[in-house]
Amino acid sequence: MNPFSRFLVELQDITLLFWRMLRGLRKQPRYFDEMIRQMDSIGVGSLAIVSLTGFFTGCVLILQAYPTLEYYGAQSSAGQSVAITLIRELGPVLCALMVAGRVGSAISAELGSMVVSQQIDAMRALGTSPARKLVTPRVVALVVTLPLLTVAADIFGLIGGGIIARYLYALDANSYITSLRTGITIQDILGGIVKPIVFGFIIGLISCHKGLTTQGGTVGVGRSTTDAVVLSSITVIIADFFLSKVLQGFFSSTLF
Amino acid sequence: MFEVETQIESTNAISPLVPAIEFRDVELAFDDRVILDKISFTIRRGETKIVLGGSGSGKSTIIKLVLGLLRPDAGTILVDGEDITQCDEQELTEIRKKIGMVFQEGALFDSLSVYDNVAYRLAEEGIDEDEIEHEVVRMLRFVDLEDAIDKMPIELSGGMRRRVGIARALVGSPPIVLFDEPTAGLDPPTARTICELAIKLRDLEGVSSIFVTHEMNNLKYLSSEYAIVDSEGRVHFEEEGDKLCLINTKVMMIKQGAIIFDGTDEELQLTGDPYIHRFIKGR
Repeated sequence: MNPFSRFLVELQDITLLFWRMLRGLRKQPRYFDEMIRQMDSIGVGSLAIVSLTGFFTGCVLILQAYPTLEYYGAQSSAGQSVAITLIRELGPVLCALMVAGRVGSAISAELGSMVVSQQIDAMRALGTSPARKLVTPRVVALVVTLPLLTVAADIFGLIGGGIIARYLYALDANSYITSLRTGITIQDILGGIVKPIVFGFIIGLISCHKGLTTQGGTVGVGRSTTDAVVLSSITVIIADFFLSKVLQGFFSSTLF
Repeated sequence: MFEVETQIESTNAISPLVPAIEFRDVELAFDDRVILDKISFTIRRGETKIVLGGSGSGKSTIIKLVLGLLRPDAGTILVDGEDITQCDEQELTEIRKKIGMVFQEGALFDSLSVYDNVAYRLAEEGIDEDEIEHEVVRMLRFVDLEDAIDKMPIELSGGMRRRVGIARALVGSPPIVLFDEPTAGLDPPTARTICELAIKLRDLEGVSSIFVTHEMNNLKYLSSEYAIVDSEGRVHFEEEGDKLCLINTKVMMIKQGAIIFDGTDEELQLTGDPYIHRFIKGR
């Protein structure tokens, strides 16, 4: 099979999985307990790494931006520059990449191991749909928790930026906060929340698909785990570009 | 010897005239590789079909087809008289309730305890917790593993995992049970225990089954021994002799996706096919 045909087949499989997942939401049983467990594992479990990532991203943003702003005499816009970059782009994307690395790999490895040890076959033989039991709770958990994690990363990033601005560049804290408040618009915040919802779908579906299509024993589990992280990360970055464009057009034509 | 304290009641009554499983000219290929080539056979109610064959011959594929985990390229598969090749996933789920499946390595859910593994099917159906507990204990007693009820699969030996797998497969009293190399990699006494469970199911519960294996000891036990219950309710295994010949166990041999033998174990021993001779003699 040539790469283009393989891509189409993968796209078809992921679309089918998405459809089965949606059907899983509509039918009983809905596995709410499993969703809560996954939210705890994905959301609470990722909070520390996402917060750290956000904090130091905010720090490095102000570290790089402040000298330039100072050169043009625009130090008072320091908060705005960090906020816009973080909330619009870096917060959602970096958070999604961190979660793809931590959670996407875990989901793919877990489902892949279940495939090679015939647990998925056993589940189907016992009358349970793996899409409903395994995929739906994980994707829903990602879609719910990724925006929350992104907000956490944004907040920690803004705090990190503020600390560096205050203690390294002696910028007045009030000036930083005022710049933040005036610089962020509702479009930025909405865009920063819509993106991780889409990224959650992408990471969840790709990771589950890669896990469930694992072939070739334990070596296959390793391969599908790597594929899940790589494909999720690339798709997130590509989707970010198109989402940014769509959100730009949407907000400029409808809301404001 | 095991003590049978309860009787498994078949909740899914099948007409005795309708075969439990029937394959009609079933074909399956993955890309250019032919897995099954016009396979046809029948398993009657209460009959055990021992499927022999080398690795990669297509034995386990037959079981996956019966469960609807794979779909054939051509041909018809009837389970309890119903053509499953035309069924969607929803209808297959209903058919799978009539079938218990024992996987090669047990295929227990790692994250669930023995209790939860055995209770899985009933819990998914939303059965009352008291009823589930009663059924789980009954099934674990049947496989002599009542003491392991709270253990996790990782704490069990290979043989115990298979027996828990059998208990899980028997929950809901399915009239058809599929064994996919259940004794592979086990020591002889444990393998014997698994075979005894299959014999008990066949002779005491009237279960129809497919027993996929490549071990000749399994063939010997299943085709020459039968289970009886004495006046105290204890199960004994006796060998068929001159006066009795088991007719509820048949042997089928697969080679490269085709059936090369289908008959009794006595006929198998008498066959002149050099491949079969080498397979059963080991040289």
